[in-house]
Amino acid sequence: MSVKVGRERQPLLEVKNLKQYFPMKGGILGRTLNYVRAVDGVSFDVYEGETLSIVGESGCGKSTTGRAILRLDEPTDGEIRFQGVDLAGLNHAEMRKMRKHLQVVFQDPYASLNPRQTVGRMLEEALGIAAVLPKAKWRERVIELLENVGLRADQAGRYPHEFSGGQRQRIGIARALAVEPKLVICDEAVSALDVSVQAQVLNLLKSLQQRFGLTYLFISHDLGVVNHISDRVMVMYLGKIVEIAEKSTLFENPCHPYTRALLSAIPVPGQEKEGERIILQGDVPSPLQPPSGCRFHTRCFMATERCKIAEPELRPMGEEHSVACHLV
Amino acid sequence: MGKWKIFYKRFAKRKTAVVGGVVIIIYLLVALLAPVLAPYDPLQIDLVHKLQLPSWIHWLGTDDKGRDILSRLIFGTQLSLSVGFVAVIIGAAIGVPLGLVSGYYGRWVDAVIMRIVDVLLAFPGILLALAIVSALGPSLTNVIIAVGIFSVPTFARIVRGSTLAIKRLEFVDAIRALGASDIKIIFGHILPNVLSPIIVQATLRLATAILTAAGLSFLGMGAQPPSPEWGAMLSNGRDFLWSAPHLAAFPGAAIATLVLGFNLFGDGLRDALDQRMN
Repeated sequence: MSVKVGRERQPLLEVKNLKQYFPMKGGILGRTLNYVRAVDGVSFDVYEGETLSIVGESGCGKSTTGRAILRLDEPTDGEIRFQGVDLAGLNHAEMRKMRKHLQVVFQDPYASLNPRQTVGRMLEEALGIAAVLPKAKWRERVIELLENVGLRADQAGRYPHEFSGGQRQRIGIARALAVEPKLVICDEAVSALDVSVQAQVLNLLKSLQQRFGLTYLFISHDLGVVNHISDRVMVMYLGKIVEIAEKSTLFENPCHPYTRALLSAIPVPGQEKEGERIILQGDVPSPLQPPSGCRFHTRCFMATERCKIAEPELRPMGEEHSVACHLV
Repeated sequence: MGKWKIFYKRFAKRKTAVVGGVVIIIYLLVALLAPVLAPYDPLQIDLVHKLQLPSWIHWLGTDDKGRDILSRLIFGTQLSLSVGFVAVIIGAAIGVPLGLVSGYYGRWVDAVIMRIVDVLLAFPGILLALAIVSALGPSLTNVIIAVGIFSVPTFARIVRGSTLAIKRLEFVDAIRALGASDIKIIFGHILPNVLSPIIVQATLRLATAILTAAGLSFLGMGAQPPSPEWGAMLSNGRDFLWSAPHLAAFPGAAIATLVLGFNLFGDGLRDALDQRMN
């Protein structure tokens, strides 16, 4: 990895060759017939204090990657080094102790809060699990957490259904921050919100990052959102990384044909976009039987014979820019 | 709270459910106030006045040993209700944790628990209860145990199903990501969210439990004479079905109304709780 001048580049999280296969069972005996290769050997680093976004269509494995890092689903193979400790190698009890360092904010503001708990109870419970504060200080800390995310102290006694979607998402963020994590995985954290509320929550995430030195792994399908919040962007297609780069590099100089197709789909207000709008043909192939060679060749407008046979490696293109394509 | 109001409105819409609820309340009051309400000692034998028809002195008549049937029914309410409640509590106390664990852990834990439950479910309830009582010996306590055990699989099944649905919700993952123990997740977060189906099931199960217990006593496997248990009274009345039908008719009616009450109430609860309350 190249070292950037003027900024400490410490990988907080190193993911190496992560694989997540889900067995497809069938038949009377429940034999494993095949595997869904949701994530098929991805490697990347997340540096301390940065926001790395993962973008891609639904089903490309971006959320699965997040869940595997948190070990919400047990990864099939690979290393997940967090501050040098391989999370995938920890047993159940050791993993539980590590969990407070990695938190998650989910997409659905309705399903992500327990409907039977008041907000105050929810946050107190998180404090109890983290076990860093004496019980006498919980109340005070709950109020602080609520205020950090822009809610009022007097709302602590309310149940989730008494809040709006954006407020619920703020509660989810407060819960994640209660245990003072280093890395927060935002899994489509603003995708379910109205555009105006989206902006508010994104700005909140940004200001919290600055205040508490958080590192974000930001999973989204929305390139506008990604452009707003990211330092670096990683593009996934069918369980593989196709391109990873600094945000400005990726948006200005996308190399992979898939990235180019994605970016050409962003509407530009007020003008007919000059240049090509690349429209991909067909659907995403099934991760049960991914295409041979380059997984994107079935839909690629540049595909050659070689793409059908040989799988492209992720090759460095320049500083902090890697692409998996034979043709660039 | 607002939720309660919505629930009450939904529930009150079903008149039959309200009737069921009223029946249950009446029976509960009768059971609680039995010593005050009963005009006679339920065990007092009075052979001179045996097999009397209903009259102003004995409202529901007397049985073959001259005991006041009304007083016996009133005290029998205590027996039937406590058999029902204790049996259902036993069934839920075993079945609910089994269902939670089965649904939460899945895989082989689920497979093992559910196969055992399937075995229990394969028996008709009364047959299973009969087998258990035959093994343990006839007594009301053993009837409670038997009925409790045969309620286990239903609770386990229902709770497992609800657990499967709840554990997929993101808040469970969020709590897991915080580092909560499995025990805390299961009992602190999943259980409170599967309470509605448990309550509905418990109410409907009470009806079955009372009916089964009465059935076992009717067969002589449960409460033993002179205990004023409804099933035993019904069985006793069978010998006088032609000469003094009220001996069997009144306990039969008592069982029928209570069971009906629980069923109507349970159905109403299910309808009122089933839809997502928001």
